[in-house]
Amino acid sequence: MKEKITRQEVRHVAQLARLELSEEEEKQMTAKMNQVLTYMEKLNSLDTSRVPHMTHAIQLQNVFRPDEVLPSMDREQILANAPECDGVSFLVPKVI
Amino acid sequence: MDLHSLTIHELHDHLLRKEASATETVTAYLQRIERIDPLLNSFVTLMGQEALREAQLYDNGRKDLEASPLAGVPLGIKDVICTKGFRTTCASRILENFVPPYDATVTERLHKAGAILLGKTNMDEFAMGSSSENSAFFPTRNPWDTERVPGGSSGGSAAAVAADLCAGSLGSDTGGSIRQPASFCGVIGLKPTYGRVSRFGLVAFASSLDQIGPFAKDVEDAAILLQAIAGHDQRDSTSVDQPVPDYRLAMKRSIKGLRLGIPREYFIDGIEPDVAAAVQQAMTTLKELGAEMVEISLPHTEYGVAAYYIIAPAEASSNLARFDGVKYGLRAPDSKDLMTMYCQTRSRGFGMEVKRRIMLGTYVLSAGYYDAYYRKASQVRTLIRQDFLQAFEQCDAIVTPVTPIPPFKIGEKTDDPLQMYLSDVFTLPASLAGIPGISIPCGFSAGNLPVGLQVLGPHFREDLILQIAYQFEQATPHHKARPQMDSHG
Repeated sequence: MKEKITRQEVRHVAQLARLELSEEEEKQMTAKMNQVLTYMEKLNSLDTSRVPHMTHAIQLQNVFRPDEVLPSMDREQILANAPECDGVSFLVPKVI
Repeated sequence: MDLHSLTIHELHDHLLRKEASATETVTAYLQRIERIDPLLNSFVTLMGQEALREAQLYDNGRKDLEASPLAGVPLGIKDVICTKGFRTTCASRILENFVPPYDATVTERLHKAGAILLGKTNMDEFAMGSSSENSAFFPTRNPWDTERVPGGSSGGSAAAVAADLCAGSLGSDTGGSIRQPASFCGVIGLKPTYGRVSRFGLVAFASSLDQIGPFAKDVEDAAILLQAIAGHDQRDSTSVDQPVPDYRLAMKRSIKGLRLGIPREYFIDGIEPDVAAAVQQAMTTLKELGAEMVEISLPHTEYGVAAYYIIAPAEASSNLARFDGVKYGLRAPDSKDLMTMYCQTRSRGFGMEVKRRIMLGTYVLSAGYYDAYYRKASQVRTLIRQDFLQAFEQCDAIVTPVTPIPPFKIGEKTDDPLQMYLSDVFTLPASLAGIPGISIPCGFSAGNLPVGLQVLGPHFREDLILQIAYQFEQATPHHKARPQMDSHG
């Protein structure tokens, strides 16, 4: 049977998802994704050309709330979980 | 009678009558957890000191036991729900040391109702799984047979209630993660209508599907817990502003004359004979209680697994993009640039199933594949929802098995994700449609393993499914059965 997704594509998708896969993981991922994607083909037996798509279980529109200024979380509390910070900002490796 | 074996409403009566103090109660539970949980691993983090401190407030009269039916009652809470000051790991390495600076709305509401949290319960990493084996820390075991899984993803919450390690608990259900473990562990589990309970502070897996709901030892307890957490919340714009009925009052109505739909697509080949027999027996009981059984059809049931395993991973891949090693959680050390840091952090922090779903989700949303997969699946979702809406024109509620199979052995399905996904076949459609569902014990299969009955209702009819569950429970002994844990140490 034709592969739904090749190893090269898996590598590309991993890059999009910001994941690094080892050789072995990549091989396994390709096999399992093929298995699952082949199963998904089942959906093609349904004609959905006139069916609207559904993104939410409950139809909600224009959920508004008053635009009030409320206290936000304390900076110190938020930075407490930072892997690296200088007490004012999150620190990350050099970008530019 | 042992304190730990009481239901929430019994325990609360005990506390009110001063037959036990809150401190005695919490102490009894903590001792039991210490003795029995090493066999089950249902808790990731215990909150013992805080729980004892809370209990004292009741015992010295600074908090009022009369304030709510949950006042002074010890509960467990799934480790995907934020608890201010107590780590919330989602059973993932990437959040192993994350301590939320805020409470989820449901946590806040439990505190307000006076409940005492004993600890955070184990789960499949980021709620992705059907067995709780995908926890990055340890698998949870089924109290009925410790060689078997408790179900998932809320396996810890279900096992802890079944083994009397807490009086009740909260879990989350995206595709069956409350109902299936409730069935596997022989307790009550309720997934509310999408929008009934605020998701604020629930770490997101699939935002259009996730709902928080209770695990309990009987239906009345489930009603009490749902009552405490249901209702609109300004901080979750998808929570719906609709009045919350009095569930305990509503559940006591007779079910005489109710029409219960039996979908023929839920009685397929591959369903275990023991499971089918227990569910058939339950239907006979419901008929004896005066309900009318009508055969219905939910024609798109067989497409539920495929649609769900496109939609949920798609949403997950987007939600989990936030775990990048910048603001919280794990960061891979010594990365020379930002891109390397992202990739290494995520690769070390996520387990294999989470990576698989992120990959699947990224793929089905990527250019060239979006229409074939994601768009198609969301159209099929419309069809599945229509199935239910049409069925509810012929019946008031729907009864089905929760799962086609009893709890399976630890390790039995870990190598075959597709087989694991297929075990969710009876819970996924209701999740896709956003309707509420409850799992109630309805018997046992060979080897004394619990079987659950699923009752599904129209949107926002939790009162109706609680009513059916309550009347069924009153007529049957199954919910009173408890696993024999005490022979162990």
